Amino acid sequence: MENLQDNQFDVWEVFIQSKPGLPHIHAGNVHATDKKMAVQNARDTYTRRGEGTSIWVVPSLNVTASDPDENEMLFDPSNDKMYRHPTFYILPEGAKNI
Amino acid sequence: MNSKEILYNYCLRLGDDALILGQRLSELCSKGPILEEDLAQTNIALDMIGRAQALFNYASEINGGKNTADDIAYRRPEFQYRNHLLVEQPNEDFAHVIARQLYISAFEVLFYGSLENSKDSILASIASKTIKEIKYHLQHASDWTVRLGDGTPESTFKMQRAINNLWMYTGELFEMDSIDDQLLKSGIGVDKSPLIEKWRKQIQATLSEATLTMPEEMFMQSGGKQGVHTEHMGHLLSEMQYLQRAYPDAKW
Amino acid sequence: MKNLHNDESFQKRIDANEHVEPRDYMPEGYRKHLIRQISQHAHSEVIGMQPEGNWITRAPSLRAKQILLAKIQDEGGHGLYLYSAAETLGVSREEMIEQLHSGKAKYSNIFNYPALNWADIGAIGWLVDGAAIVNQVSLQRTSYGPYSRAMIRICKEESFHQRQGYEIMCKMMAGTLEQKQMAQDAMNRWWWPALMMFGPHDSDSPHTGDAVKWKIKRESNDTLRQKFIDKTVQQAELIGLVIPDKDLKWNAQNGHYDHGTINWEEFFEVINGKGPCNKQRLEHHKKYHLEGEWVREAATAHKMKKIKRERHHLTH
Repeated sequence: MENLQDNQFDVWEVFIQSKPGLPHIHAGNVHATDKKMAVQNARDTYTRRGEGTSIWVVPSLNVTASDPDENEMLFDPSNDKMYRHPTFYILPEGAKNI
Repeated sequence: MNSKEILYNYCLRLGDDALILGQRLSELCSKGPILEEDLAQTNIALDMIGRAQALFNYASEINGGKNTADDIAYRRPEFQYRNHLLVEQPNEDFAHVIARQLYISAFEVLFYGSLENSKDSILASIASKTIKEIKYHLQHASDWTVRLGDGTPESTFKMQRAINNLWMYTGELFEMDSIDDQLLKSGIGVDKSPLIEKWRKQIQATLSEATLTMPEEMFMQSGGKQGVHTEHMGHLLSEMQYLQRAYPDAKW
Repeated sequence: MKNLHNDESFQKRIDANEHVEPRDYMPEGYRKHLIRQISQHAHSEVIGMQPEGNWITRAPSLRAKQILLAKIQDEGGHGLYLYSAAETLGVSREEMIEQLHSGKAKYSNIFNYPALNWADIGAIGWLVDGAAIVNQVSLQRTSYGPYSRAMIRICKEESFHQRQGYEIMCKMMAGTLEQKQMAQDAMNRWWWPALMMFGPHDSDSPHTGDAVKWKIKRESNDTLRQKFIDKTVQQAELIGLVIPDKDLKWNAQNGHYDHGTINWEEFFEVINGKGPCNKQRLEHHKKYHLEGEWVREAATAHKMKKIKRERHHLTH
């Protein structure tokens, strides 16, 4: 964040919401020195065609990503928990609205 | 001038400000201090040219279609352009680009804010669309004024210099002449005289946040609205009008 | 699939059409190839703003000026998306710009040609963007996730670029004699450089092997070039433009157009700095990068001042 040598500013991740009610989705990044500049730059870069109704910007350094090496530990255990899915359950034929 | 001619001229004045500043800003394409700012300046240029198009379309309509919006934009001699001198001033450096935008946008926010109440429904609707764009231009210019003013010693110097250099072109923005007076009387035009105090407050606030000082009172330049421009204007037009002038029979 | 740290399991993921994401294991060669290709692609978008930028202030109608501005702005935006994709590989935009300035990183050769008359704006949109789109559509399926996502966004936005260029050509060909001459002149100058954009023939292309194996590149230079020729010939004929290749003819046997010999000597001369605008394009970029330095320094200094003030405020 405080590296004065790199004169292309700090990197911010940009999330755009395309319509109220929808989630903010990662669009890419912009470079900026402050929050206001980051929002304006995101607006001028990622919403030129009316793609946006809301913008989030986050300094890239503040984003923590999961480690791909831990993918098995993190994500595989949920694969066999079929009871979380509605199709797991056996219901009598003719049951309606459930 | 009859009322139609007055309205026609009023549209040209507003449209020319947008056109000429749009032209100036479009010169900056691929020259920004950082890629993001390049896109930002282009967006402002696009807003300006779009506004010019809307105003010239209306002017063309008022004129009974005798000349198209493009004829109006491209085929007038210099003395028929009615823009304020401020907007034709060249892009000396990024500080001048920002100072020019700060001055004009702070004025336009007030002006178009008032024009929204015009009795002329077309001007009022152009104003409501435009005001949203200008608010963004003003925010963008104000933020950069603060960053440059309160940045490095070099940037403080350059920003103050630009603020001072362009100051003498700001008085013209608030001048009222017979066209302004007549349209004000008919409820179409804007009374610009009360805007100056608000404008000065706005500029003062931004400059003080930017650790810059308000320029001293000085003699104000004017003439743009009467077609008397600075030397920069002829060069701007000769470039802008090049194809239209070189191939007058061609359609583009 | 398991994200093992070896090239064999990496290749298995690629073969299974999995996308590679920034933090996944990747062979050093893969990373290097991507950085080179994506940064070259980004630089091309940014340098590509110049030839068209040369005509913005002279665009002959309000409509044309707005379209051209929006298009060039898109190119800047696309450069930005691509820098952003390359940054995920651990290279900063600053480093990429330095490499551009030192000549270590290249950009597309096509932008070393000049835009001399208004029809060039048509030809650039129609032929240059047309050729780029053929390549970019193919790259939407590239194996590196951030690159693929950038390409999808870019292709969506660029769909109007080729159309606006062709529209200019149509208008010129329906115009005065001088306009027709300008259009044909632009066609003559841009056709061959556009074909060269796809790169050397497959048999002479040094990078194709690994790039195809890793699914960075999805189709070969010659395949893409042929696609471009096949779809463009009819568009030229429709408006009366002559393609400057006397050997161009329909080959009913293979269902494609045969074309004449590409002047690869010129191609390599231009790549090696002998094109009409190489120096000019790079100098322009350097000049304005340098001119912007005080602005970037100011913004950074302002940020530091604000941080300091906030800290001061917190401790007192």
